[in-house]
This record gives sequence, C-alpha cells and structure tokens, in this order.
Amino acid sequence: MLPPSPDLSTYVEPDRVRREVYSDPAIFALEMERIHERVWIYCGHESQVPNPGDYVTLQIGRQPMVMVRTADGVRVLHNRCPHRGAMICGDHTGNTGEFFRCSYHAWTFHHDGSLKNIPMMDSGYAGTNWNRDNPDCRMKAAARVASYRGFVFASLAADGPTLEDFLGESKIAFDDMCDRAPGGEVEIVPHCFRVIQRSNWKIFLENQLDALHPSVTHQSTGRAARDVETEIEKRTGKAPLAYHMLSAFSTVTIDKWDNFRTLNYPHGHCILTGYMGLRPKDPDTLEYEAALAAAVGEARKEAILSTDIHHVLIYPGLSVQSPLQQLRVVRPLGVDRTLTEIWHFRLKGAPEPIYRRALAYYNLVNSPSTLINADDLENFWKCQQGLASDGGDWVSFHRHFGRDIERPGITETADGMGTSEAPMRNQMKAWVEFMTRAA
Amino acid sequence: MTDTTQAPSLHLALQHEVEQFLYAQAELLDEKRWQDWIDLFTEDGIYWMPARPEHTTWDGVPSIFAEDRDLMTVRMKRVLHPDAWSQRPLWGTNHIVGNVTVQSVDEAAGVVVARSRFHMMELRRDDARHFAGRYLHTLVLTPDGLRIRHQRVDMTNAQAAFDYVLQVWV
Repeated sequence: MLPPSPDLSTYVEPDRVRREVYSDPAIFALEMERIHERVWIYCGHESQVPNPGDYVTLQIGRQPMVMVRTADGVRVLHNRCPHRGAMICGDHTGNTGEFFRCSYHAWTFHHDGSLKNIPMMDSGYAGTNWNRDNPDCRMKAAARVASYRGFVFASLAADGPTLEDFLGESKIAFDDMCDRAPGGEVEIVPHCFRVIQRSNWKIFLENQLDALHPSVTHQSTGRAARDVETEIEKRTGKAPLAYHMLSAFSTVTIDKWDNFRTLNYPHGHCILTGYMGLRPKDPDTLEYEAALAAAVGEARKEAILSTDIHHVLIYPGLSVQSPLQQLRVVRPLGVDRTLTEIWHFRLKGAPEPIYRRALAYYNLVNSPSTLINADDLENFWKCQQGLASDGGDWVSFHRHFGRDIERPGITETADGMGTSEAPMRNQMKAWVEFMTRAA
Repeated sequence: MTDTTQAPSLHLALQHEVEQFLYAQAELLDEKRWQDWIDLFTEDGIYWMPARPEHTTWDGVPSIFAEDRDLMTVRMKRVLHPDAWSQRPLWGTNHIVGNVTVQSVDEAAGVVVARSRFHMMELRRDDARHFAGRYLHTLVLTPDGLRIRHQRVDMTNAQAAFDYVLQVWV
C-alpha cells in the first residue's frame, strides 16, 4: 500500500513502473486531482452543439460537466446547481431551452452559467449574503475552455500551458483529420458507442501504441478476415476494404511491426505511423482525391494524403485515428474501471464512399460488437488482475530501452525498432511530471 | 398482405411454425452451433442491431451489428480460432424467446414478418449479464422451410454503456 506521503517519483524509473501506479486507489485519486482535473481534457466537437442551448454532458476527472452552446461560443460548466448541489442536466445530450433550470427548486441560469433567477429571490434572500454579487451564486465555469479546429477542450486549472502549447505536435491528429476533408472541416456523426474496460485508464493508453501486441492479440480476427477476404476475392474478384482493415492484423506479422515508427512528444503525447495502406486506387478513392485536389490544389493534396499516421495519442485521455476519422475518449471511472466514448466523423465535401470506409471501421472495430477490442479488453482485465497481486512489484518497459533517438522535443524509435516501448516510457515520464509538480 | 385474423387454422399453423423457428434459432446460439445459425439466413440475409432505435435502415448509419453472411463468417471463424483469447474463459448464454406475433404475411411473395421479445442471460467467468429486447424477423418461405432475410434486434439496453463487449449475436 501507498505510504501516507508517497514520493511518487520513486514509483517510476526510466524503464519500469511500480504496479501500484495501476492498482492503488489512493494513487488514482491523486491522478484525478493532479492530471485529469488540471490538464486540457477533450470535451467534444463543436458540431455536437450547433444551436444555442444545445448541450452534452461529460466527465472531467471526477467532475460532472456540461458543454453548452451559447450565443457567443461554446462554454463548459460544472453540471451542478449552486443551491443544493443537484445536477442540472441529467441526460447525455439535449437542448436546455433559453436557460438552464434546476429540477429541484427551479433556480435558473443563463447559458454562460450566470444566475438568471431564483423563485421569490428578493423576499427569500434579502439581507443574506446570497445575492447576484456572490461569485458562488452561479453554475461554476471551467477555468479555461479552448477549441482547436472544432475540437473543444477544457482545463479545470487557471494556470498552465495554452491548449495549442499543450497539444504541441499532437495537433496533427486534428489537422490530419480536417485537412483530409475537401471542405476543410469535419462533422460529428451523432452517435457515441460507450464501452467499459475493467482496467486502469493507463493500460488502454499504453496499448494504443503497443506495436508488438496486434499480431498476437488480434491474430484470430486477422486470420478469420483473411480467410473470408480470400473467399470473396475468388468469388467476385475484389473484397471490400473493410476486410483489409481486419486482415492486416494477421498479414502484418509480428516481425514486420519493427518496421513502423512511434514519435513521442512532451506531455505524454505519441504518434504511431500508418500501416494499413488506406490509399487504394479504386474509383471511389480517385474521385475523392480529385475533389480534394480541386479544393486545395494538387501539391497540397499530395502532402495531406501522404501524412503517415495510424493514430495519435493525446495524453491523458484521447486516442485519435485521423485517417479513419474516429476517436476514443478515455474517462476514468475508478482505479480498475474505465469508460471509453467512441465517435466518428464525416469529412465535409468528401464523396459518400469515403464516409462508408470510416463507418465500416467504426462498426467492425469500435462498436460494442467489436471484432478487435474483445481480445484487447480481455488482456487489459488480465493485466489489472496481475497488477493487483503480490506476484511482482514492477511493470517492464525495457524493450529497446536506450536505443531510441532522442532529440529536443521528440523521442523517435530507431529504424527497425518500431516495437520499442518508448511510448509507454514517454507516457510515464509525463505522468511523473504531472504527479510531482508543485500544486 | 393477408389479414392474419382470417383462416384461423392456417393462421395457427403459421404461428406455430414461426414460433418453432424462432425457438430453434435461439437454441443454436445457446448451443454455439454458429454455422447452423448462419445457415438460417438467406444468401442475402442481414442481421442488424441498430445503434439507435429511430434508425430505419442499417445502410449508411452506425450499427452495433450489421452483418451479411460473409461478416457472420468472419465472426464465427474468429471465435472458433484457437487464439481467440477472449473465448477461452467459461462463457455461455441462455435465451428465452416469447410474445411471438405474426405481424404480416405476403403469400404471393412468401414473406412473413414476425415480432417477438427475447431475454438473454450471458455468463462469462463469474459474471452474469442480461440483455433483452425485441426481434423483428422478415422470414421467407423456401423449399427448406423458413429462412431469415432480415433480422432486426432492438435491444432495450443497447443505449446503456456496455460493460465489456458482445462477441457473438444476441
């Protein structure tokens, strides 16, 4: 168990991490306070709340929040009435009308959270210190809200880097997704798949750039998809791209994963380079490429489509697959329980078949009937069981340790060492910085 | 379309046939006879679990399942693969199907639409989960008996967060 005042820096060494980091509820509580409730956390996309009063509810660390469209932009507020603490919005999404109204005593608030009215306020509160001048007499706003290309983030700390400084190079997740749209932006598809993992939130994040696991964990699906893909090719000459997305898990064998690269940045963000070959020469793709070239010019189109990303991890809670226009948001529920919220997007101005590609991946890989994540979640659960045991004190991140290429602002895996555990080391380095920073 | 209140004896025979078919389909899932289950679908058959109750087609919208026989075969081969790690633990289901109603019969086309309700208990390791909802089967009469052209599965708890995932059809 954790000592009363733990020196958390001793829990993380450059190439290994104490198991309590994943299993101790006291460390989890500190993580919520020092990481999730301080840094920039993804709230949602602006297209989820197109009209004034539109809202979505979400969790930042342990705090229930509501993202709302006001007459002058998107705000993020604590989803709590200052009177008796009741949550204001009880649904995942909706429109609150011209103002928020608490269902308990009918206190009302403007969309920016400021007090509109309290029933019989003049007679009920005359002479008390509960009045409109009291800064607590409102729905509390997140300390900072900012958006990047339509993706809204909030920070519950007044200080710290700006959103763009925090994102740094990981901004490419949103640039790559939006730039692929001939219209230059994306629109959310208004459905969220929600899947709970019975494991610590960091286990999911570490798996995102774990290039060694796919051909082991996902071999069964890769082989099954390859069998059927071959059968369809025999029958019709060509199988849909969706089969290739799945069969790649077996055709890219374990030794080939060393050929990929990970790029690791400050604050724990990381990029895994692409491997699926999502630029076939079929008529749909060519039509799309022509539309993009018409919008941005041939040279710019080439630059955009050459962007070599499989996905981008934005620490501590977002995994973005920009070439397939989807993202998974990580909401920690407890030390051994994590909610993932999974969304996908349409490229504005792109032909329908390009959306269908993203949709196929969303349904087959990211839905609750996932052919892929069933085996990931099984492994995550097993990790959580083992890390709660006394069978060993450390998690090993030694793979290719000392062989990564270190440059200012980036740690890159060396040629032929794509399975380096650099992304996990990078995430834990950021974790220590967040957790030991002076409050 | 035929009014199913006419010709009571024919109606009862069809009602019985549909009920027996739905019970048999559920039994195949509980017995993990995946290929036999897939073979209940026509060549162009679709198994669909909508992501949202208001959706009226699987085409072009997110779905929890939207599978033709080829995708069903991928799912079957995955769970039968020796390295499907998540299939190793003790795992099984028990379906109850009821409230079967023949909604419409198109005798000329040989098509029957039937509604029913289901309840599935799933055990995985030591944990039981419950899924329940409504089936809407579009069945066709073939020389081999009834076959499924379209099965829509509106799960009452489809909107709730999934604690773990669904590995096979419900």
